[in-house]
Amino acid sequence: MASSSTSLRRKLMRHLQHGDVLWWALLLLSAVVVVVLVLWIAWQLWVQSAPSRHAFGWDFIWPWVKSVWNPALDKFQAWPAIYGSLITATIALVLAVPLALGIAIFLSELAPAWLRAPLNYMVEMLAAIPSVVYGLWGIYVFLPLVVVPIGKALEPLGSVPGIGIFFKGPVPASGFTRLGAALVLVIMILPTIAAVSRDVLQAVPRSQREAAMALGATQWETVWKVLIPYGQSGILGAVILGFGRAIGETMAVTMVIGNSAGGGYSILKPGYTMASIIANEFAEAVSEMHTSALMEIGLVLFAITLLLNAFARWLVVNRTIKRA
Amino acid sequence: MQSIYEHVDLQSNYRRRKIVNKIMLTLTGLTVALAVVPLVWITVYVLLQGGKYLNLDFFIHLPAPMGMTGGGVLNAIEGSAVMVLLASVIAIPLALLGAFYLLAKPSTALAHALRFSTDMLAGTPSIVIGLFGYAVIVAVQKHFSAFAGGVVLAIIMLPVVLRSAEEMLKLVPREMREGALAMGAPEWLAALKVVLPAAAEGIITGIMLGIARAVGETAPLLFTALGNDNYEIGKIISDGLRYHQSIGKIIGTIFAQPADALPLTLWKYAQQPYQERVHQAWAVAFVLMLFVLGLNIVARAWMAHRRRKLFG
Repeated sequence: MASSSTSLRRKLMRHLQHGDVLWWALLLLSAVVVVVLVLWIAWQLWVQSAPSRHAFGWDFIWPWVKSVWNPALDKFQAWPAIYGSLITATIALVLAVPLALGIAIFLSELAPAWLRAPLNYMVEMLAAIPSVVYGLWGIYVFLPLVVVPIGKALEPLGSVPGIGIFFKGPVPASGFTRLGAALVLVIMILPTIAAVSRDVLQAVPRSQREAAMALGATQWETVWKVLIPYGQSGILGAVILGFGRAIGETMAVTMVIGNSAGGGYSILKPGYTMASIIANEFAEAVSEMHTSALMEIGLVLFAITLLLNAFARWLVVNRTIKRA
Repeated sequence: MQSIYEHVDLQSNYRRRKIVNKIMLTLTGLTVALAVVPLVWITVYVLLQGGKYLNLDFFIHLPAPMGMTGGGVLNAIEGSAVMVLLASVIAIPLALLGAFYLLAKPSTALAHALRFSTDMLAGTPSIVIGLFGYAVIVAVQKHFSAFAGGVVLAIIMLPVVLRSAEEMLKLVPREMREGALAMGAPEWLAALKVVLPAAAEGIITGIMLGIARAVGETAPLLFTALGNDNYEIGKIISDGLRYHQSIGKIIGTIFAQPADALPLTLWKYAQQPYQERVHQAWAVAFVLMLFVLGLNIVARAWMAHRRRKLFG
């Protein structure tokens, strides 16, 4: 009896071991699926954009002063959208980086322990608010109350030679402008840059801080001359990550940028970004060429964010966190 | 003589440095205050504004015809639920298996490729994932559907869940798995019955964050789920029963139709000339914020609690 139950158990165990083959196959399969998924996305965008790539070649992304985006003529040049993405993301970055660094320094070095957890929470909540909610708030609250006054204040710069083309007014009363999109993006990329920089600063070894303090450095000097140089590649990575987020952000930008071609180079005028033109036109695109042109914008967007993210990842993971 | 001057110089220099120190440290504090302003502003504004326009109809009725008052967003609530459910069913097992692979073989070429791909997926603009969904599902099937919407949301969820699951699985002591193996348990049983339960709480918080992310996404649904004012699961089911359809067929119908989602409705309503619709957009924002922030707060609080328990 006893021996039969042992043999039964042994049989059962041996039976269960077969599960391992299946288990490993599943693990391997799912790992491969995720990797292939990224390649598949790239491949699909490449294939779907073929008509547009063949028809327009490099003209499509070339910075023409007078670009044409005309579904009726089936002629598409994406420069205004690319410009819109670059200018809004750049402005957002210039404004967000000092703020985010300040937040990161405060969270990692200065905040008393009881304040740290709630503040970390708040930064994360800022990142968790859905993009459409930012958009809605942007349209009805942020644009009229903040963006329009700032835009009005910037209008006089429109007559300054050289930089004037960037500030050609007048600001539309609704506030739908590239500036509006840029300022909403500031809020949206702030948590990304702040959180990664905070992690980078926290990964700096204690000995670095102690050595600086022992040499008589003030706390600020420790931060500015020791910690930030030590973590510079990681912080650069955080900044690039923020840039990638700003370039790819869709809904909030689509809702506040006004979605119109033209407007020249002025940030006080409505415009397009790569993401917003896809969001705005894709569902209504009828001709094959129009769909394909939007796919090609998607391809450009994907390529840009892929490069940015890969570079940022390399900076953050390999140069900073691992070394620490 | 000279040394005295040097001393004086140092003193004033030190005072200057201390002032700079004070100013800069105060500035960093100000940046934090500045970041809190939009958070509080948005949250409070949405809750106040949206709360005003919430009522029971909002949750139990389909949208009223354009320009009419009343009506609700039942279609969007059901659509969101259906699509997020499908996304979870696809993304969670895939993410967990991927995480188990990373745990088992942390430094193979495939593991590096998997980690890299996960990070790249997380950084891919959601609108691009929408284009992908359109190309591989909508364009092939020649119609928009809740199925396509669920699949693209799964791609959005996947990296969130996979990353956090990997972190959580790594926290489980090796000895637990080894103990199970030593007692003769096969690899898969040790993983599912020993390692997974030990990491369960952490993984669930990761799943909650993934769901929060998927619920709030709009861009990938624009040309996959498209939107559907008449999406009503109750009606699909009762129609199906009336015509004696099989359960599989009914479920198929639920996923084959275009569907609405809360963020999609918000986007469509936000800029309409009808005040009623704009009011409903605020109400949708209220519900979304409550859901997304609620999930985030619970998940993070739980995680923090767990960490304290684990590491004292």
